[in-house]
Amino acid sequence: MCLGIPAKVTHIESSGEGKVDYLGTKVRVNFSLLEDVKLGDWVIVHAGFAISELDEEEAQETLSLLREIAKEQGG
Amino acid sequence: MRDFIAQHIVPTFRNPFLRELSDSSHLPRRVAFTTDSYVVDPIFFPGGDIGTLAVNGTVNDLVVSGAIPRYMSLAFILEEGLPWDDLEKILRSIKRAARRADVQVTTGDTKVVRRGQADKIYLNTSGVGFIVAKPRLKSIRPGDRIILTGTLGEHSLAVMLARSEFGLEAKVKSDCAPLNYLLPLWKKGVLWMRDITRGGLASILSELAERLPYSLLIEEEKIPLSRAVRGASELLGIDPLYLACEGRAVVVVPQKQADLVLQKIRKNPLGRRAAIIGHIDDKIGKPCELLLSTVTGGLRLLEPLTSELLPRIC
Amino acid sequence: MAKMKELRDKSITRALLREIEQKTGSLSRPVRIMEVCGTHTMTIHRYGLKTLLERAGVEMVSGPGCPVCITPNEIHEACLDLLTEKENIILTSFGDMTRVPTRKGSLQTAVPARKSWVKIVYSSEESLAMARAHPDKEVIFFGVGFETTIPSIALTVKKAHEEGLQNFSVLSALWLIPPALRAILQAGETEISGFLYPGHVSTIIGVKPYQFVADEYGIPGAIAGFEPNDILLGISAILSQIKEGRPKVFLEYRRAVNPSGNPLAMAVMEEMLEPKDAFWRGLGRIPGSGLKLKKSYAAYDAQIKHKLRIKEGSGDLPGCRCGEILRGLVAPPQCPLYPEKCTPNSPLGPCMVSFEGACYVYYKYGRQ
Repeated sequence: MCLGIPAKVTHIESSGEGKVDYLGTKVRVNFSLLEDVKLGDWVIVHAGFAISELDEEEAQETLSLLREIAKEQGG
Repeated sequence: MRDFIAQHIVPTFRNPFLRELSDSSHLPRRVAFTTDSYVVDPIFFPGGDIGTLAVNGTVNDLVVSGAIPRYMSLAFILEEGLPWDDLEKILRSIKRAARRADVQVTTGDTKVVRRGQADKIYLNTSGVGFIVAKPRLKSIRPGDRIILTGTLGEHSLAVMLARSEFGLEAKVKSDCAPLNYLLPLWKKGVLWMRDITRGGLASILSELAERLPYSLLIEEEKIPLSRAVRGASELLGIDPLYLACEGRAVVVVPQKQADLVLQKIRKNPLGRRAAIIGHIDDKIGKPCELLLSTVTGGLRLLEPLTSELLPRIC
Repeated sequence: MAKMKELRDKSITRALLREIEQKTGSLSRPVRIMEVCGTHTMTIHRYGLKTLLERAGVEMVSGPGCPVCITPNEIHEACLDLLTEKENIILTSFGDMTRVPTRKGSLQTAVPARKSWVKIVYSSEESLAMARAHPDKEVIFFGVGFETTIPSIALTVKKAHEEGLQNFSVLSALWLIPPALRAILQAGETEISGFLYPGHVSTIIGVKPYQFVADEYGIPGAIAGFEPNDILLGISAILSQIKEGRPKVFLEYRRAVNPSGNPLAMAVMEEMLEPKDAFWRGLGRIPGSGLKLKKSYAAYDAQIKHKLRIKEGSGDLPGCRCGEILRGLVAPPQCPLYPEKCTPNSPLGPCMVSFEGACYVYYKYGRQ
């Protein structure tokens, strides 16, 4: 029930709506469920709404954990 | 639709040509004959219109059945009130497409129906071609390669964008194009070809699998996808393997000739992104199965599309 | 932020599976993990992970997080009644729901009443746009979803109210995950070793609502993202909790989930909606497991506005064992309707309709 895609914010209007870009495709999105969204932020988009902001640092933690596991397993 | 044809059409018109259930019928005196109707909405979309579709769709049915397309009939059903400008634009598209595919429109028909009785314009084209090769389904063996001539799904996406659905914007044009450039490959060892239309790559290949005593194995990593289709399909939750194309084909060729055939396809601008995406197999899976080796190394069974492709929230 | 290729990297997948196999190898009991969210089920099948996980010693069981699966037939039928009997309406819906067959057909196949039609939307905002663009038509949005979708539906109604739109209402079926988990655990019938919690629901509600599963029932869990390696990382974390005998709620999806959830989203839910006892297909009535529009917004509640009579529990088809399948109690082959009477082409119950439904998945992939 949770199809959500990480996309980059490219337009923000005062109405709380705007656009995000995912691999070059732009989609109209409503940002009213998030505070302080800025151009260039990455958000999770579900059914035309941005429901969460992606945290770069946390993402890097997960990615380095994955790389570590690969090293440990000799992969 | 397949059930309807198999259960109602074929038994009604019992004859050996129809029983083949192929998109083009091969008739005596090396004549190939095919027909298709076009009801696309909207009638104009990035990269083409209903006219371009009508020519290329019929041309491609002939090419993949082993025939050089030559002549075409053109029938219109027009809704009263259709702007003249639109009709003229479509006529010009048809003329251009016919010239590009080297076919002549030799006969046709026009009907006008009352406003509301048709959706702007419907087209039917029937094509006649001369057979230069016979697809050899029964000669397909394990190890034979499957080539995809280009990226998937651009036509579907272009039509979706033209309908301004879902608030999407993307730089995409329909892949609608004639496949005549594939004709010489029949003499280079190609055993079977099919253009990828409604139902996408997965439907076409699983239909092929059903007719073979082997399985088909394709690799997700090798399937060419444009960035736009990749992005839009993930955003909407639609599987690009099922998106319709109008100018792409799959070609089955023995391993020995595969590289040469691939090279020749890539020489043509339409085949720039062609790739060998899989092969016929007799060890993995069961006969008649189409299997996808996923990017993470798992295996997934692919089946024909049974209902409309719709965006998901889940 | 763009690429994050590690999340789909094949060699990392292999490494995670090896890690998982080592962990299950050292356990004495079989491992059955319930993935709660339909999108997790989808991802597992899309990447062919189910068989790979089985070989590594983990059996995945599909849970109730599938809106198509758990929305009762009678609600679909009410929707169909509107479409087929009321003239001059536009029924808008997410694509997922339109395939569900009922005794009256599906939204895709039903013949609408005169001047009425169905429009598939990607966002509830599009329904609102339809209402503004067609003031002469009555627009009804079939709003179905879990906590991930509920805030956006609530926001859409709020906007409609602020604009004073007279021709818009929502036929809602809004479901909450934590009460459903509690109901499954209270029934106590099934052997679940751990839960894979829904990543995007969690962006809204945070981590706390699942804590009771670890504290009161001693069952481990992980909130996972939706890339294949997110799922495997979550499963590996669950196995560690089993090994150490220390159940908790592990947050794998840390890049997207704020542990305290999304305050704005929860606020709009609080503002517009109130709890109700919802009737889940297959699970029955679960207290406080649903939401509906508050009385002050009754004008936007399609059930009230269009006087729909929805009789709970009336829609299930005889012989259908979807309920037990949804709870992970029986496997599809144990249902008398599977696989002859109930197939993907002519589905009878929700488990066969939904692409994530246990029966659909078993039919298509179970032979792998």
